[in-house]
Amino acid sequence: MSEDSSAATAGGSPAIPYGKPLPEPTPVTQPFWDAAREGRLLLQRSKKTGKAIFYPRSVSPFGPDDELEWFEASGRGAIYTYTVGRRPVAPQWANDPPLIIAIVELEEGPHMTTNIVDCDPDAVKVGMPVTAVFDAVTPEVTLVKFRPVSG
Amino acid sequence: MSLRGKAAIVGIGEFKPTRYTEGATTLGMLVEVGRQAVADAGLEMQEVDGLITENFAEAPFMAPSTVVEYLGIRAKFAELVDLGGATGAGMAARAAMAIASGLCETVLCVTGTRREARSPSGQRRSASSGYAGRRVDRSPYAEFEAPYGAIGANYGYAMIANRYRHEYGVTPEQLAKIAVAQRYNACHNPGAMFFGQPITIEDVLNSPVIVDPLHMLEIVMPCAGAAALVVTSAKKARRLRRPAAYVLGLGEQTTHRSITYAPSLTHTAIAAAAGKAFDMAGVRRKDIDVASIYDCYTITVLLSIEDAGFCKKGQGGRFVDDHNLQFDGDFPLNPHGGQLSFGQAGTAGGMSHVTEAARQVMGRARGRQVKKCRFAFVNGNGGIMSEQVSLILGREP
Repeated sequence: MSEDSSAATAGGSPAIPYGKPLPEPTPVTQPFWDAAREGRLLLQRSKKTGKAIFYPRSVSPFGPDDELEWFEASGRGAIYTYTVGRRPVAPQWANDPPLIIAIVELEEGPHMTTNIVDCDPDAVKVGMPVTAVFDAVTPEVTLVKFRPVSG
Repeated sequence: MSLRGKAAIVGIGEFKPTRYTEGATTLGMLVEVGRQAVADAGLEMQEVDGLITENFAEAPFMAPSTVVEYLGIRAKFAELVDLGGATGAGMAARAAMAIASGLCETVLCVTGTRREARSPSGQRRSASSGYAGRRVDRSPYAEFEAPYGAIGANYGYAMIANRYRHEYGVTPEQLAKIAVAQRYNACHNPGAMFFGQPITIEDVLNSPVIVDPLHMLEIVMPCAGAAALVVTSAKKARRLRRPAAYVLGLGEQTTHRSITYAPSLTHTAIAAAAGKAFDMAGVRRKDIDVASIYDCYTITVLLSIEDAGFCKKGQGGRFVDDHNLQFDGDFPLNPHGGQLSFGQAGTAGGMSHVTEAARQVMGRARGRQVKKCRFAFVNGNGGIMSEQVSLILGREP
């Protein structure tokens, strides 16, 4: 996959394109991705109960007379569960193992699937405190990943 | 109206799974396996008046009519099922619903997939082509999961296994025993892909870790194959005067697409699906003679045994230690070898749990027949513990 798409750009230095799947933001989710690019984790919560949800939606799952509002989350959470991919999960990740994929339980409640970075794959544990890091994988897209909280 | 005993499986068609097919179309395979199932029931194709299939390579849409046309039948009920690995069990359930409602009498359910070693352009198929090359989609899954490498199913079941280990504990040996027992069963089934290749617990634990904590031999291997069922009314089943597997109970529950948003990683929707099926059938857990449980991974089986009510939550590891899971043991589990050892030919893999349960109840399982088999429990599981369909089959209506 990466071989196919790594052709040098005309006249310049060889570009190394980001070959992995990228999100295609929708009008509903755009604020999340805009905030990520600014290094902020934006979530939605119920206006009625304050309960937070992820991923961003146009309709509240908490009832017909509810509405959702955006708020800035702390970026703190803990690993709810994880796995370490010892083999590539797909061809685009051929050079990535060991890759830590995890569900992080955010301090505000919601679960997110993400990658744990800056972490020894043999040290990762359920319950490990983590904090958001913002990985600008392309000029347009910043993925929200997490790293262990040091100390 | 209860669906109990209203319909029965009377015909089975199934191909031996193979790693690759050369040149076959999935449509051709579905039609052939369907023809086998109808012949197995002692029926003529023209007696089929309902057709259930799934989307397949040659019919990404309008799949039921594609098969109906090829078979040359007139369907009073033509249905598409899209429940991942639970599709086979879901087809049997929907056939029973359509028949009980009086819409049609005899439903042919077909699943299967071809699998080419090389793509049409001649490139060697990657071992994990997974999500690559699919057209751009704007689903929440594509937006919030795939960018992190959450692709395929291995990672999700591994995350379930790690959460389960954290909450309740299970040893690698206990999980490995599930794979070993199923391989023993497959070695008694000449139709299984791994027939003649026994394995030990050491073999499982020495196989490479693909995604922590799952070893290669705890993970299904994709392959090609097809499976079909003929489901008909109880009235017609009796007239056929041949062994039948009556649908005594069914239940379903679907809660999420991505494992991230599952209500729980360790308490699955199987509890609700199986609970409904057992209630409808009026059958107790201890009456079950064969458990035909979806086994994409060893951890899937452990969770299913618990949530279907064969043991308490958290006791799955001990249950595996305390029971002999072989077809000739005290808790016969997946006598055909399960998908881990029979093979996972797309959704035909899930369907194999239905065909095997039906064969056992009919007394047609030959060298792996479970003695005095009256009741079978089937669970179909789609996605990453997403879609659950449970069935209870019995020898009498």
